[in-house]
Amino acid sequence: MAKRKTTRVALTGNEAMALAMKQINPDVVAAYPITPATEIVQLFSKYVADGEVDTEFVPVESEHSAMSACVGAAAAGARVMTGTASQGLALMHEILYIASALRLPITMCVVNRALSAPINIHCDHSDTMGSRDAGWIQIYTENVQEAYASVIVAVKSAEKANLPALVTTDGFVLSHGMEAVEIFDDEDVREFLGERKPLYNLLDIDNPITIGPLDLQDYFFEHKRAQIEAVFESKKHIYDAHREFEEFFGVKLPVFVEPYRLDDAEYAIVVMGSSAGTGKDAVDVMRDERGIKVGLLRMRIFRPFPFEEIQKYLSKVKYLAVMDRADSLNTMGGPLATEIARALYHLSERPIIHNFVYGLGGRDVPLENFYEVIEKMQWIAAGNTPERMVDYVGVRE
Amino acid sequence: MPAPKEFKWAGKLKGWKELAEISPGAIVPDVPTSPEYLTGDWRSERPIWNEGRCTHCLLCWLYCPEDAILLEITEKTVKMIGIDYDYCKGCGICVRACPPKVHALEMVPEEG
Repeated sequence: MAKRKTTRVALTGNEAMALAMKQINPDVVAAYPITPATEIVQLFSKYVADGEVDTEFVPVESEHSAMSACVGAAAAGARVMTGTASQGLALMHEILYIASALRLPITMCVVNRALSAPINIHCDHSDTMGSRDAGWIQIYTENVQEAYASVIVAVKSAEKANLPALVTTDGFVLSHGMEAVEIFDDEDVREFLGERKPLYNLLDIDNPITIGPLDLQDYFFEHKRAQIEAVFESKKHIYDAHREFEEFFGVKLPVFVEPYRLDDAEYAIVVMGSSAGTGKDAVDVMRDERGIKVGLLRMRIFRPFPFEEIQKYLSKVKYLAVMDRADSLNTMGGPLATEIARALYHLSERPIIHNFVYGLGGRDVPLENFYEVIEKMQWIAAGNTPERMVDYVGVRE
Repeated sequence: MPAPKEFKWAGKLKGWKELAEISPGAIVPDVPTSPEYLTGDWRSERPIWNEGRCTHCLLCWLYCPEDAILLEITEKTVKMIGIDYDYCKGCGICVRACPPKVHALEMVPEEG
């Protein structure tokens, strides 16, 4: 394993993502500032002004325009990146679908922030959950180190799969939290990624093509089916990209999921993002001090949905608490629980699942949230039936 | 009138597996494709050209949105020689553009 040189520096999540973008040196970045992701593109625009990157920076008038400019540049064969959060991601919504259907591997740094209303600037996952069917690869990171590495490996994954990818950090918890981060050398990052090899090129005047034509009853379904197949195939590309990353840098990253003390677990918690760190500590306390056989599965990649990994790690546990940092407002809780239930439903061996929505609008997520979740699961194990399919943790009644 | 090019996308509808290869991201590869769409079959009325009355002022050619007025161009003259019914949609603009005193074009219903 060829271990590359690393340097230890103190960085916030936003600084780490901006630094990764600088090292990637994309051809085009089109972006509009929004809290808490502003710093990412602000720092990147400074790299552009200081001549540290070769990037064409397009300062647009909205996120809708930002993603539109990214689509145009990516269709012309460029390596393209951007960053946003919350309302900005929502404003990009229609163009997100176009980016993926055109098979354009744009990589976006997203800082998770609650969607309005009421207006809020802090973390929950409602913004990227709102984009969950847009055909983007979605990577949720647990800490700043992983966020930094994930931006780099996301570019590789996206370009192998020819699908766009977004990498998230939890707003303020990671975006503005400073950690010691091991960073790679610029040259190594650029060597690792190499040149983008596009599926097609808008600017190839010898082979003119039409991009984005009207596609009606006779062909739309076939084209959509081909895109869906590309998402099926993307799992392999994502695994390959991570394996290449590991071989090149000598650094191991979890891929779709990260199991924690699950081997003999009767109870399991599923959680995404920075709360997984707290969850692991809670698992240690519950196992080591209270003797509860509990483990945790962190979902790192939510799209494509890792149903095989979910089946592998969770079908044998008895009681499964799925923690969603977003609510679907459907009276059943959050999207993570719904999809995990689908992944396990048809198996003969499967856990009893209950959903917990937590941490909305940046509500602090202490160890007690996890204890409460497991106590509720023990109450279910004792033969009780919850009133609803979802409970809300950490909210005043 | 030149025979229209064979349209590669005509005939049997393609399945998604082939489209994934030749049309990734739903792009249309073999452009331009508009010459291969014979829009003449949209017509419900057709313009008839009376060569004897025509003064070759070319107002019809200027106004035709489909470039369906056929011309013969030499070093010294430009003359109208007919209508390209493969692409003429029968909008009738040429008939309106033709000066009333000349009246070299008129619309008649398509039969069948």
